[in-house]
Amino acid sequence: MTTPLLQVRALTVEFGTPRGVARVLTGVDLDVDRGEVVGLVGESGCGKSVTALAILRLLRPPGRITGGSVAFDGRELTTLPESEMRRVRGRGIAMIFQAPRESLNPVLSVGAQLGLLLARHDGLGGRAATRRALQLCEMVELPDPERVLRAYPHELSGGMCQRAMIALALACRPALLVADEATTALDVTVQLQILLLLRRLRDSLGLALLLITHNLGVVAEACRRVAVMYAGEIVETAPADELFAAPRHPYTRRLLAARPRIGAAPAGDPIPGSVPDPLNRPTGCAFHPRCHRAQSRCAEQHPEPAVPSAGRAVRCHYPEP
Amino acid sequence: MSLLAVAALSKTYPVATGVFARRPLVAVDRASLQLREGETLGLVGESGSGKSTLARCILQLERPSGGTVTFGGRELTTLAGRELRPMRRLLQMVFQDPAASLNPRLRVGYTVAEPLRLHGLRAGPAAVRARVDELFGWVGLPPRHVDRYPHQLSGGQQQRVAIARALACEPRLVALDEPTSALDVSVQAALLALLRDLQARLGLAYLFISHDLAVVSAMARRVMVMYLGQVVEEGPTGELLARPRHPYTRALVSAVPRDTPWAEPARLVVTGEPGSALARPPGCRFAPRCPWAVARCRDEPQPLRPIDPGHAVACWRAVAGELPAWPA
Repeated sequence: MTTPLLQVRALTVEFGTPRGVARVLTGVDLDVDRGEVVGLVGESGCGKSVTALAILRLLRPPGRITGGSVAFDGRELTTLPESEMRRVRGRGIAMIFQAPRESLNPVLSVGAQLGLLLARHDGLGGRAATRRALQLCEMVELPDPERVLRAYPHELSGGMCQRAMIALALACRPALLVADEATTALDVTVQLQILLLLRRLRDSLGLALLLITHNLGVVAEACRRVAVMYAGEIVETAPADELFAAPRHPYTRRLLAARPRIGAAPAGDPIPGSVPDPLNRPTGCAFHPRCHRAQSRCAEQHPEPAVPSAGRAVRCHYPEP
Repeated sequence: MSLLAVAALSKTYPVATGVFARRPLVAVDRASLQLREGETLGLVGESGSGKSTLARCILQLERPSGGTVTFGGRELTTLAGRELRPMRRLLQMVFQDPAASLNPRLRVGYTVAEPLRLHGLRAGPAAVRARVDELFGWVGLPPRHVDRYPHQLSGGQQQRVAIARALACEPRLVALDEPTSALDVSVQAALLALLRDLQARLGLAYLFISHDLAVVSAMARRVMVMYLGQVVEEGPTGELLARPRHPYTRALVSAVPRDTPWAEPARLVVTGEPGSALARPPGCRFAPRCPWAVARCRDEPQPLRPIDPGHAVACWRAVAGELPAWPA
């Protein structure tokens, strides 16, 4: 068996706060194969973005990795010197964010930003850099690339900014692209365009994608495999079609049922209670106070991931049948 | 009779396009709608479609540039400040971001009590307190939360406070502008259920603005679709979403993420983005992105025309039956 491109094992992240230490990630396991699109889904505050930042070692104090490992392409990232980590960012793993316009430099044209990147990472300049910049624009299907390269971020629409951002992310030919809510701020018609573009890039470049989103529909559109997070833990991992057809973790099931659906009244079935305070996590399973299947054992014993079938994992004492 | 009747409402902003040059930006272009007591009208569209501006113009938070707004038999657009004030109480709005719409320095109980005092709806501290407790009960907040500050509440709880504040005015119409967009799905469902209960209890009319078709379909029987300031389609929600007639509505319905995308009919992917309401062709504003557009679409204004009972569409090709069947 080949090892996955990205292999995260038992990753734990803590934030020191005046009220105590908040454990924001607890034992996160996550694999992404070459050319695979994996969705990481969960509600706000569940730790999806922290997972991405921890993988890229972009966490700022007071957040820090306190345990576990992140292996990328066979190298351990958590202990890598910062100088080498800088080479991994961009060349190995690139990241795009929710607010594309804010992620671009407002005082430089798109072409200038691409130029800086190409000069720094590839030593390209002059005509070679221009040629590569145009090629990248074409790759992300930006219309009228010459105009876009001259344009400043405020002159571009949200969808064009996100395409420009993807072009910048692809400039150093990364093997893995981490997209953190990359389509959330876009209108649905543009969101579909970007999702289809990401799918084509995976096919043409063999790019692996870690798609972080709160939107289960986006996950279904784009991903082959999905990991569901709750309160800093991955509670379920499954192939996308199986997850939607037969969720095993009670939280996944409730999350799917909570969504309003076109043509299906009423407007979804809410999950009672609220997400736990990271400083005051429930004992046992973090979801047990809100769970319809919880029994006394759930409050006492923290469940380990079980493997009900190939390619699936569920962290629950009493999974859905 | 309708509680609210809006006719040919327009809103234009002058936009500087150069040092001395000004061009009109038509944010809302001759929109008309009717709303009855206890009814919900869904208002759907992407960013910049003018749905929020339309709601703000109806509530007279902004003065429309043209058209009329008749509410409870009174024409609002010609009312001056003092005459308008008692009417404002009857038309309330709830915004997308509850954290931004609540005063962070006021205890939330005070925020809800303020309109009671302002409009003289309750006299004396005991009566105000009793009413605040009642309103908190209506929106499902424990009375002890009155002493909290907004930052001590969750997003869902903050939005409940914003709803309680709107209800304190005893309104007849509430414009809900993306009321659940900032909330997580698990919280959203509970808030939508609350809004439906309150409507049934109080007979409120809702103008429900959302970019999320699934949310609108759960809340509104009738829906209006806007694109760059124009109403492109209006009809019964179920029929409009199952059989959209306007090419833009088709693209919008088609773009909603699906759980089983492989089992869906081919998607209608439109290229480009809405663009600006400034650079405006005389005809259909969707024509530059429409796969079925012909010269006439670009040259000729497209008013809403009935296509089925209660269903109207601003596309001459759809009316003429020249578009391919749906689903494709």
